[in-house]
Amino acid sequence: MERMQQVVGRARAAFNSGRCRSLEFRMQQLKALERMVQEKEKEILAAIKADLHKCGHNAYSHEILGVLGELALAMDKLPSWAAPQPVKKNLLTMRDEAYICPEPLGVVLIIGAWNYPFVLVMQPLVGAIAAGNAVVVKPSEISENTARLVADLLPQYLDRDLYPVVTGGVPETTALLTQRFDHILYTGNSTVGKIVMAAAAKHLTPVTLELGGKSPCYIDTDCDLAVACRRITWGKYMNCGQTCIAPDYILCDPSIQSKVVENIKVTLQEFYGEDVKSSPDYERIINKHHFKRILGLLEGQKIAHGGESDEASCFIAPTILTDVSAESKVMEEEIFGPVLPIVTVKSVDEAIEFINRREKPLALYVFSNNKKLIKRVISETSSGGFTGNDVIMHFFLSTLPFGGVGNSGMGAYHGKHSFETFSHRRACLIKDLKMEGTNKLRYPPGSQKKVDWAKFFLLKRFNKTRIGLIALALLGIVAAVVIKVS
Amino acid sequence: LLCKNELNDTLNNLCHWMKDEHVDKNLVTQLDSAFIRKDPYGVVLIIAPWNYPIHLFLVPLIGAIAAGNCVIVKPSETSKNTERLVAEMLSCYLDSDCFAVVTAGVEETTRLLENKFDYIFFTGSPRVGRIIMTAAAKHLTPVTLELGGKNPCYVSDTCDVQNVARRVAWGRFFNAGQTCIAPDYVLCSVEMQEKLMPALREAITEFFGSNPRESPDFGRIVGDKQFRRIRALLCSGRVAIGGQTDEKERYIAPTVLADVLPSDPAMQEEIFGPILPIVVVANMDEAIDFINARPRPLAIYAFSCDSKVVKQVLERTSSGGFCGNDTLMHLTLTSLPFGGIGNSGLGKYHGKFTFDTFTHHRGCLHRNMGLEALNALRYPPYSQQKLGLLTATFEIKRKGTCTLL
Repeated sequence: MERMQQVVGRARAAFNSGRCRSLEFRMQQLKALERMVQEKEKEILAAIKADLHKCGHNAYSHEILGVLGELALAMDKLPSWAAPQPVKKNLLTMRDEAYICPEPLGVVLIIGAWNYPFVLVMQPLVGAIAAGNAVVVKPSEISENTARLVADLLPQYLDRDLYPVVTGGVPETTALLTQRFDHILYTGNSTVGKIVMAAAAKHLTPVTLELGGKSPCYIDTDCDLAVACRRITWGKYMNCGQTCIAPDYILCDPSIQSKVVENIKVTLQEFYGEDVKSSPDYERIINKHHFKRILGLLEGQKIAHGGESDEASCFIAPTILTDVSAESKVMEEEIFGPVLPIVTVKSVDEAIEFINRREKPLALYVFSNNKKLIKRVISETSSGGFTGNDVIMHFFLSTLPFGGVGNSGMGAYHGKHSFETFSHRRACLIKDLKMEGTNKLRYPPGSQKKVDWAKFFLLKRFNKTRIGLIALALLGIVAAVVIKVS
Repeated sequence: LLCKNELNDTLNNLCHWMKDEHVDKNLVTQLDSAFIRKDPYGVVLIIAPWNYPIHLFLVPLIGAIAAGNCVIVKPSETSKNTERLVAEMLSCYLDSDCFAVVTAGVEETTRLLENKFDYIFFTGSPRVGRIIMTAAAKHLTPVTLELGGKNPCYVSDTCDVQNVARRVAWGRFFNAGQTCIAPDYVLCSVEMQEKLMPALREAITEFFGSNPRESPDFGRIVGDKQFRRIRALLCSGRVAIGGQTDEKERYIAPTVLADVLPSDPAMQEEIFGPILPIVVVANMDEAIDFINARPRPLAIYAFSCDSKVVKQVLERTSSGGFCGNDTLMHLTLTSLPFGGIGNSGLGKYHGKFTFDTFTHHRGCLHRNMGLEALNALRYPPYSQQKLGLLTATFEIKRKGTCTLL
């Protein structure tokens, strides 16, 4: 508890010193972070491999590439993002300066998750630093190798007081959450999300919660099944299903169910070969607890493919379940594993109804050649994000805000959205101390005449052209003079 | 008037705000459709306070409706007449299933909050704000909290004293001081305090006459409890102007307190009444340190003929909003976001910001079924060659302004 107070206190004192406010300082830190990722690439890949059995290609493309991209974007755009934005003025404020000034919030807390342990602390960190904050980083203790690495590396490259790393499990995180932060970004599950928000409420701290849920994937009868299944297979089994936006389950017409299974089987062969266990590209479940949990979901299910497992190495084979009932256990919680249930529905209407009866998911996927159908599903459902005719990909476009809604979370980040999440947009109006005449309208004593003039000036009833504006301004001055004289 | 403005702004622009916002794409998504869809949240709860009882439920309501939500409005039970009017009136003009009014006191509001809402918009005190957010956390409901605090008003030595006095007095005594962004206290040098006093006296007389009690333009305190609370703050510093009270009428005269100390009662809580304490500081730096030692307020005001002074106060402090050389006026521009920071609140609204507050910005990517060959790089089995190609693509991209992949 005391340690947390000290760490956060130091970060706050460092923030108050003002040194992280200058753009030069922020750029310097971002550049240092970039150097860290480039120089320590081997160590980072090794840590992720130790935690998740992830091959270099995947670790690089899922985690490092994303971070380098965010860094490049932030460094490129920081001057424009941080600049004050002038806003449209009304008649009364025409001669004044009115703008929105982006400012840092103060001390930000980032709590990472274990499934993409590097990118899920680094990507928010980039945005928080760019916005000029001090940041306390708390990587997930479950991905212990990456957590240790982050704790080792960050102080070697970044300002130690401004960006401390705190490691630990539940007790340490609970102690940390009693401290006051100016924003908390948490990635994880809804249960803990509620705890984080309740702790934040005590200090009126705004939060961004990146949670999860069951992301549905609807396959229409009118679509190229081979392509659809290949894309779904890629997204579902990457990281052994431990992806917050993995397609959790499939909804499709019973007539194409077996074809879907066949296509996925063929793709799995293509991707991982005959013996999945010996493929270097297939990951493992993070720990025994989740291994047992996922296997438990298979009870009583029709296994159309897969089902093999090996506890010693936390290996679960890519598995497909067919004719799954909506009430079964595998349809109750987010699977977060390489198990793909197929639930049959007779039409897109039934699919939409099915989706809407459940909590709003983090992602929603639809495969169809029919553009209208895709548009319809978007309009009649709600989700954090959406990709049509593919899975996962909306995550990689940083101009799209990435976040949940309802049970899947609140707030968003990535790219400029990170910068905005970690900034305060302060409204600034700078008036002239002179020109008191125009203020007379608002001072007591009140009169009907004043109200009428106020209506004239304030009500935006029509589109004013430039000439109209000048004419109105002149009228305004005349009115002020008239009232002063009378 | 401000409500009408918001309505017109919304009606004029809604089609544009609602549209899918197409976003810049990267190399991989060049041929796809990428946009932000504006989805309503669902059922929204708006809890309004008593000080501007119509404005503070209507402006959020406009945005919530514009964003496509259903709304439950809970007006303040303290402003009883307005509460009754809203309850009777709304159903006559709006769809009674989509938009309902709930009249409730503290106990019933607590029960109301046990229900799940998709968004909660609350205007009120920080203390209740915490209770609201804690209740919202149980359902993972996002919130906007428009709270309050003590809004400092720094007056530098170089300024047009009469204009300053008028603008500060107007902001402070409007609605008998019951305004969340009213200048709560003044920070100035001892010389400026001397000069301000007669100027403030003159402004008050100009506005409310020699007996403000008889002026139809000066308000009263909303309730007995609040009256007694504010009256107790009078024993701070010394009463230089006003100070008269009448419990029956809940009247407190426009009052200015001089030489107030940071430890005085008037400096311990948000005043929310027609009392203006003046705290003496040596210079601008001391004023800035004074402000920064306290919780961040909803608004900060700075008056000076020297624009550099105003800019300095702006740059070295933090607050919800800021107005230089005037009070309250930043609220009238719907293009400026209105909200607090830290203890003074979270979230913002007015104009398009209200629409955005009640909208879920959903990232959507609509891809092509064809061109599968382009995806080959991402599929296993992975080879050194594939990784090489991937890295190479990335290297080329770094030089341009496109993001990677």
